Amino acid sequence: MTTMATPTQPAPTKPPAAPVYNPKSESTTAKRVKSTIFHIVALALVAMVLYPAIWMISASFKPNSEIGGANNALWSNNFSFDNFVTAMEGIGGVSTLTFFTNSLILAVGAVVGTVLSASISAYAFARINFPGRGLFFGMMIATLLLPFHVVIIPQYIVFQQLGLVDTYVPLLIGKFLAADAFFVFLMVQFMRGLPAELDEAARIDGAGHVRIFGSIMLPLMKPALISTSIFSFIWSWNDFLGPLLYLNTPEKYPLPLALRLFVDQTQSSDYGAMIAMSVLALLPVLVFFLVFQRYIVEGVSTQGLKG
Amino acid sequence: MTQSPTLSRRSSPSASPQPRKSRRRGTDARAGYTFLLPWLLGFIALTVGPMISSLYLSFTNYNLFEAPKWIGLDNYATLFQDERFLQSVGVTLNYVIFGTPLKLAAALAIAMLLNSKRKGQGFYRSAFYAPSLIGASVSIAIVWKAMFGDAGPVDQGLSFFGINLGGWVGNPSMTMPMMILLTVWQFGAPMVIFLAGLKQIPADLYEAASMDGAGPVRKFMNITWPMLSPVIFFNLLMETIHAFQIFASAYIISNGEGGPAGSTLFYTLYLYLRGFSDFRMGYASAMAWLLVIVVGVITLIFFKTSKSWVHYSGDSK
Repeated sequence: MTTMATPTQPAPTKPPAAPVYNPKSESTTAKRVKSTIFHIVALALVAMVLYPAIWMISASFKPNSEIGGANNALWSNNFSFDNFVTAMEGIGGVSTLTFFTNSLILAVGAVVGTVLSASISAYAFARINFPGRGLFFGMMIATLLLPFHVVIIPQYIVFQQLGLVDTYVPLLIGKFLAADAFFVFLMVQFMRGLPAELDEAARIDGAGHVRIFGSIMLPLMKPALISTSIFSFIWSWNDFLGPLLYLNTPEKYPLPLALRLFVDQTQSSDYGAMIAMSVLALLPVLVFFLVFQRYIVEGVSTQGLKG
Repeated sequence: MTQSPTLSRRSSPSASPQPRKSRRRGTDARAGYTFLLPWLLGFIALTVGPMISSLYLSFTNYNLFEAPKWIGLDNYATLFQDERFLQSVGVTLNYVIFGTPLKLAAALAIAMLLNSKRKGQGFYRSAFYAPSLIGASVSIAIVWKAMFGDAGPVDQGLSFFGINLGGWVGNPSMTMPMMILLTVWQFGAPMVIFLAGLKQIPADLYEAASMDGAGPVRKFMNITWPMLSPVIFFNLLMETIHAFQIFASAYIISNGEGGPAGSTLFYTLYLYLRGFSDFRMGYASAMAWLLVIVVGVITLIFFKTSKSWVHYSGDSK
């Protein structure tokens, strides 16, 4: 039934693997051939899609003279860690380790803030009946579609007047106030799926909302909490506009901003180091992905989280 | 299973701080708003408040240092004579109109390819999804710029086939295809959602269609498309709205200038330059509100037209 999808790519570049001859019934052989073709096509597509990532990793180990120009082969006999050594030295007198630490502080802060605030707020939406709930829920959904550029200017003005520019406060406060409506929505959906008898029974036993939330809901919400943690970590790690707006001193820069500084200052003179630093900046995301890919992909397929 | 310790504590009802006799099934405003507080505070202080003030600012001249000066609709009027603004609108529309459908087409095609019980599905799904996780990052923007630069791998690869385009990055007519390829490359996120939707379509529909002699095209038009339409609608809406807001990649690829020749001057990049380089905050606020209005109108149109092609079957939503 799936064969109706004609792959968008023309003939795969790989030599077609010889279909294993199967002396059994005709249909088994046909199935094998079909399956082999499927895997060839799929693998060719994977190779194409992952090519930029592979190119990036290869380039990060190559000497500058071999990036671009006449030599674009993925393999080089001159692979070395030199680019990474240069990249780790950092930029503007600040070590790359500092940028890493800054990114980590921001990302961990984002995870803690988002998990706390989103789960508490979601409990109100999912489990407590109060006047105005439907209205506020609708508003929360509306903020999912709202281009956030409409709030950044007044936010900036306020933080500037409070003297909070060039601190992490503007970057983190929203996380502690459930400003990423996506996560609230995700948790509301998840909690609604938990049986209502749980809280009713607990209430008969005299438990209040705090206890129901803390001892019943939170433990059962683990999958949603994990998805939220992963995504808020990665989004914070990759965030560029927030730090660009609010941070001025390189000592406080997270990696994406440091990368921009690096690009500005070296301007293609040290391509290898620039790409090595890009790889370093993505490393935690890649590790996260490899470790949690099941959660990540499941999270996307059930909740429609954007990448 | 895990909640049994809590439930079995019948003997100590004093556990909750104030033994409030919550009327069952009644409303509980105090508890509701207490729990809602984090979101509510954020909503008021970080969304509603700023929205109102940016609406006000959009009618003023404001540079962050002097008090805002009321100028009525001047900002909006100026916008439509500002050539850079009009260019940014053109660039962004191009990107949205071509990039989003291409991305979704790739997502749907590959989701359909993967929708089978074959081995290795999990691997393929993850591999195709990976770019979505990193695609909007500064790192990838740098890599993209290098790959599409002069004598970069893309240029070389095409030269091999006799296509000599030179570097895409410095060529105003090639930067848009390059940016569109960057968004299409991130087809994995909508693909995963499509795949989840495809799995919900009952297999017997296809079997029945086969018995009636329907070919792949008819099956797609009469089964896959209508059955998947709520998911297509969701992806189309979300991807369109996100496409309007592209920023980091454009900023890095063009060194924050939107070049060459303004060909990567995306809407949000121009808004940023106006607001935070020139400190024309009133003007930038007007741009932000126009974006809200445009996105709002598009959302509305999507929902209105969805009635004619989106089919919600049975209990799904």
